Amino acid sequence: MLLPLAALVWRSTDRGGHNFWFAISNPQSIAALKLTLIVSAIVVLLNAVFGTIVAWVLVRDDFRGKSIVNALIDLPFALPTIVAGLTLLALYGPKSPVGIDIAFSRYGIAGALLFVTLPFVVRTVQPVLYELDTDMEEAAASLGASPPLIFRRVILPVLIPAILSGVAMSFARAIGEIGSVILISGNLPFKTQVSSVYITGLIESANTPGAAAVSVLLLAISFVTLLGIGGIRRYVTRHDA
Amino acid sequence: MSITVRNVGKRFGSFVALDNINLEVETGSLTALLGPSGSGKSTLLRCIAGLETPDEGEILISGEDVTESAPQKRGVGFVFQHYAAFKHMTVAKNIAFGLEVRKRPQEEIDKRVEELLELVQLQGLAKRFPAQLSGGQRQRMGLARALAVDPEVLLLDEPFGALDARVRKELRAWLRRLHDGTHTTTVIVTHDQEEAMEVADQIVLMNKGRIEQIGGPRDLYEHPATEFVMTFVGEANRVGGNYVRPHDISLSLLPVDGSEEAMVERLVHLGFEVRVELVRHDGNALWVQMTRDEADQLELEPRQIVNVVARHSRTFG
Repeated sequence: MLLPLAALVWRSTDRGGHNFWFAISNPQSIAALKLTLIVSAIVVLLNAVFGTIVAWVLVRDDFRGKSIVNALIDLPFALPTIVAGLTLLALYGPKSPVGIDIAFSRYGIAGALLFVTLPFVVRTVQPVLYELDTDMEEAAASLGASPPLIFRRVILPVLIPAILSGVAMSFARAIGEIGSVILISGNLPFKTQVSSVYITGLIESANTPGAAAVSVLLLAISFVTLLGIGGIRRYVTRHDA
Repeated sequence: MSITVRNVGKRFGSFVALDNINLEVETGSLTALLGPSGSGKSTLLRCIAGLETPDEGEILISGEDVTESAPQKRGVGFVFQHYAAFKHMTVAKNIAFGLEVRKRPQEEIDKRVEELLELVQLQGLAKRFPAQLSGGQRQRMGLARALAVDPEVLLLDEPFGALDARVRKELRAWLRRLHDGTHTTTVIVTHDQEEAMEVADQIVLMNKGRIEQIGGPRDLYEHPATEFVMTFVGEANRVGGNYVRPHDISLSLLPVDGSEEAMVERLVHLGFEVRVELVRHDGNALWVQMTRDEADQLELEPRQIVNVVARHSRTFG
């Protein structure tokens, strides 16, 4: 696992530190990175909320077709992301059958990223909810806590570590995602160009060291984010002695 | 604060958990709901707490009909078999939870938590998390948490069931002392007859969703109303259609009036007590409880033939 990463770092400095710096600090690269990080952060926040709700409904509620919905959750993982991109473009593009055209806009990127990262939070929160005894909720209720208060003070703290794990994976996936966004984003520099697509562009124009440099930066950001979230996770689970 | 249960019934699908239950728990008393698993004792307790809703009948706490009230509104303290500790909160925070929900001033909360920590002998462990406590300590924390809000009634669902025998005995005695000090109306669910007899003023013996008998520990033992009570509370031998307590049988070497012969099969020495396992001539087993001295005097040996006679026996119609 370390070998390809090391090769990538080595490749990125092919043309010296000056070029590495230029590759990551030129305005187009910075604009792409900013867009990537902002959209990914928003997507991840939405995932944290809706992923938790979906997991809750799947564990605590009973309805017809529940097992089908449960199976559907993993489909974004199974679908080649380029196919997901094509499907999203057909559905939410200029010829949208549902009347929503978000192609070539930042909303389009967010939609694509939401689609491919949805399973992470659902699948990390679900098992924790299954394991969660209703004892604690009953104890809180008999002590006078209202249902919203029970959720906030008793259930959520137990779910937070799982949500954080899901968030970390979604974020790492979102900033590196390419297949599903390459079509729907339209790749307009300074507007809808995300880093991953920008890197593809660099490779296509034979600027491999530049592509490697931007990739190294993305990886570094991912790594720091995962470390940070891991740290928060350890802090909030310090009671599991 | 008294509890009244009137004609309460509860089903889970086709399973009848509670069948027309009527019960009166007096203010300040300690009542045990005793019975085998599936007898409905926990369901009844959960109905009183509002954690289950009865299908029929009503429940009154302090004369007020609470049948439709949410658990939050009933003023009950509930203690769970598996502690139901808030794992992510310290011991102090667990105990303070009910008071914080009620938005009491911080000073008052701190003072009350301090008192309760002392009451349940957990001083010095206030900043620990539940995972760092032993089972017995966790359950004492659970009790303190339930008592923090001065509940009108305290309900305990097999509170010592998950603890080892020694700790269970200790906590039982401690619970009785606690109750003698606070006089909070208390209902404890247990399947352990010894536990019920040791702590409770009143025992409600349940079986298959019904109440078999209500009475004091001695009542139930000495005047069992049904076959079930006879065999569940204390030990009993069945001889033909009669039931005899193992300590109500006399053994002698010579025949006496009304005695019959039996063969000693095995002697079990339990310190002060000796159990003599016998086989009657019709092949049925029987056991007798006697003191070590009595057994020594008879010089009992396995395969020996002795004469047995029941001093008291009971028949149920």
